[in-house]
Amino acid sequence: MSGHDLAIVGAGPAGIAAALEGAALGLSVLVLDEQDAPGGQVFRAVERAAGDPALAGDYATEGMALVRAFRAARGVEYRPGTTLWHIDTDTLRLSLLREGKAEEAGASRLLLATGAQERPVPIPGWTLPGVMGAGAAQILLKTAGAVPAGPVVIAGQGPLCWLIAVQMLRAGAGPVTLLETTRGSAATAALQAGGLWAGRRLLLKGLALVREARARGLRVVRKVRGLQALGEGRVEHVRWEGNTIPCGTLLLHEGVIPSTHVTRALGLEHRWDAAQLCWRPTLDGWGATSHDGIAVAGDGGGIGGWEAAVATGRLAALDAACRLGRIDTAERDRRAVPHRAALRRALALRPFLDRLYAPAPEVLAPADDSTLVCRCEEITAGQVRAAARLGATGPNQAKAYLRTGMGPCQGRMCGTTVAALIAAERGITVEQAGVLRPRAPFKPLTVGALAGLAKDDAA
Amino acid sequence: MVLSAQEPSPAPGRHDAIVIGGGLVGAAIACGLAEQGLDTLLLDEGDVAHRASRGNFGLVWVQSKGLGAPHYQRWSRQSAAAWPALAAALAARTGLDTALEQPGGLHICLSEEEFSVRAARMERMRAEAGNFGFEYRMLTRAEVAERLPGIGPAVVGASWTPYDGHAGALTLLRALHAAFRDLGGTYRPNAAVAGLDAAPHDFRVTAGGATVRAPRLVLAAGLGNAALAPMVGLAAPLRPERGQILVTERAQPVLSMPTVNVRQTAEGSLLIGESKEDAGFDSTTQIPSVMSDMARRAVLAMPWIAELNIVRAWSALRVMSVDGLPIYDQSERFPGAFTANCHSGVTLAAAHARMLAPMIAAGALAPELRPFSAERFGHVRTAA
Amino acid sequence: MYAQRPEARPATVEVLVDGQVVRVPEGASAAAAVLLAGLPALRSTPVGGAPRLPYCMMGVCFDCLAEIDGVPNRQACMVTVAPGMRIAPQRGARVAGPRA
Repeated sequence: MSGHDLAIVGAGPAGIAAALEGAALGLSVLVLDEQDAPGGQVFRAVERAAGDPALAGDYATEGMALVRAFRAARGVEYRPGTTLWHIDTDTLRLSLLREGKAEEAGASRLLLATGAQERPVPIPGWTLPGVMGAGAAQILLKTAGAVPAGPVVIAGQGPLCWLIAVQMLRAGAGPVTLLETTRGSAATAALQAGGLWAGRRLLLKGLALVREARARGLRVVRKVRGLQALGEGRVEHVRWEGNTIPCGTLLLHEGVIPSTHVTRALGLEHRWDAAQLCWRPTLDGWGATSHDGIAVAGDGGGIGGWEAAVATGRLAALDAACRLGRIDTAERDRRAVPHRAALRRALALRPFLDRLYAPAPEVLAPADDSTLVCRCEEITAGQVRAAARLGATGPNQAKAYLRTGMGPCQGRMCGTTVAALIAAERGITVEQAGVLRPRAPFKPLTVGALAGLAKDDAA
Repeated sequence: MVLSAQEPSPAPGRHDAIVIGGGLVGAAIACGLAEQGLDTLLLDEGDVAHRASRGNFGLVWVQSKGLGAPHYQRWSRQSAAAWPALAAALAARTGLDTALEQPGGLHICLSEEEFSVRAARMERMRAEAGNFGFEYRMLTRAEVAERLPGIGPAVVGASWTPYDGHAGALTLLRALHAAFRDLGGTYRPNAAVAGLDAAPHDFRVTAGGATVRAPRLVLAAGLGNAALAPMVGLAAPLRPERGQILVTERAQPVLSMPTVNVRQTAEGSLLIGESKEDAGFDSTTQIPSVMSDMARRAVLAMPWIAELNIVRAWSALRVMSVDGLPIYDQSERFPGAFTANCHSGVTLAAAHARMLAPMIAAGALAPELRPFSAERFGHVRTAA
Repeated sequence: MYAQRPEARPATVEVLVDGQVVRVPEGASAAAAVLLAGLPALRSTPVGGAPRLPYCMMGVCFDCLAEIDGVPNRQACMVTVAPGMRIAPQRGARVAGPRA
């Protein structure tokens, strides 16, 4: 079993940047990624799709440059199509799954750059065929160049809604309607957060996107509440307070949250981020976690976008090189200066965005009892409320009572919603309700693959 | 919206009985006490407790229990026999189906040596059972193949008894909690014990920011009992033993009866566990290697299991006494205080709810439970 | 319900979706192939029999579980299409047991 200096999980912007920085400092780097090509979700399939005019922008330029540099890097072993299913926190031995077979890898230090997932948007009817995440539709555009046929409704809020609307319209989809759920009071609160000047570059990009969307004919309905997807066997209409329209494809989006499945399973310290309404691992300025061999970079440590991810990846790699004795702390700190500046710039607008696009309480905890919360085990909001009344004080006990989080997704889709429902029912905060503690395997593997591991060990 | 599980009561904080521990053992006893008409308070820890109950494999298992300890064999058998009535009562009261099935069970042997050791063990069990009887059969490979689909070439045979079965451990926990509540019991989560004052027939427990009193106290806090028992003049010498369970994706019904380390749940998942008798598993080593050994043994018994995806794995700490048998005790210094400790919260649920609880309600354990006292370990620690 | 854009993705691969031949862009996932084929549902759930199609497309939600090249319950969004790949819907829980 080869031992690398630094193993990086995830080949998105954070993982790539960390690999480049680490390799440049002489570290032997192993990069594992579930996808078959580098880029992460934000730059997914960029090597194939950079020429698609619908995706013109950062994706085609910055994303392509990052992936090209990664492909050219020396001292980096890249294992695509590899799923991580267990980490031994004593030895940092990684249990992996590649092409259906279990294998292992070892490293002196570990960097988790597992990115983000779309925040689940549990509205009535969200499990109907034809309803999917807006980010999911964007992945379809990046990987297959495909767009929905017929009328598209994007419902929710956040910069990604506008980006996707523009990309779909560029690609010839339509008509496209954006049902924006941003509340009237949000703008005032957001302006108080400040950061507009420091974040002006991103802000201008956003405004340009809004202009392009308008010019391309995006229909926008504001202050939408009470969303429902309706239909028999698939979505046929979308309803909200005051209106119902026909709809063949409904794309939901209420921002993204850190993918903390692995960091939680490892028992690392986490904190509730009241601004971003999500759990995030507790990190220092270098991405170091409560485990002294494990760091986190990118959106998995808190949502900041791809530019922040690049900066935190670089910083984490510098710290890894320092802890491995390749550079001293003075050198580390000196090299960190430009990345810290980049991080500040990238995060400047974040407080404004977090307040403007804070999800409504009904997104966190659906009001209607019949709304499905756990997609795998098909458990409703009403059942979770009843479990809270029976005595479940958090998502782990609710899981024992109801099986929420016991399906194949292991609670990735329902965990935060279950906690929010319990919190509302018991009059406590989501933070007090707590968070699901997942266990290995982080992703399914077959009994045969697991059994095969033992044989290999014995050989 | 703030939820308080408290029922109105004439003397706040005063109950007929306090049960510490809301896992399978505590909830079953609390349910039984409430059924006896006692105003019962069940104190539980918070969201991250319940480890042993949540990790239960769900067997209602008799055939391996109590070699050299016929009283344990008898207690397990009585519980298995009382299970159908418990399941029916819970279903009637809560509408929850604990998915009890008792079609008998198999202990598969993967070598001639395992088979002969097993055969000798089963024969001893029968001899020790005496007049109580113990029905079993050693099945040949062909007979196992009639009962289980697609057994592997490594299967030599199996032991079988008609007493064995399985049930949904988590549904049982939920049903016990729901039934307890329906019987008027008071459940208080997030109430780890902060203080315990004992006087005969008068116990004061501080937990979750409140102090409560009762003339009867039952310690059913799993591994927590080790620290609590000495406060009421009892001993609960327990150690944790890590147990692992692998859970596969749901599948169409394929297994008609449970084996000691593979069973199919009512939902369709196959559970792969490790039996305590499968000695040699060092459960303190790295989890992947333990999981891998369990998977390999399951695949040897039924090779088609290899194709199924494991969607979850669970590791829980079993509550083990030195000899692996339950400990039931009553305090002589502080009459009214009892302990209940075991690692078979599902198998013994019926005994706890329907046999042990009435004894506690009546104020004394029956003589048949005398051999389960911690006195069997010799010197017991008591409060200073 | 999805439209391909051959001008943006000229290179394609032929796969079988529920027995039907479908040409999909190289690099697409099996889940994308299902959406491009216009399948009304990729699976019915083992719990309630409800129809589902891919939801997250990034390996999180497990709603795209499908039988791919004879292997049930694979995350279709995590599998890249290959020529001749067979992608089949699933009804309820998978079958387990010895092959006949």
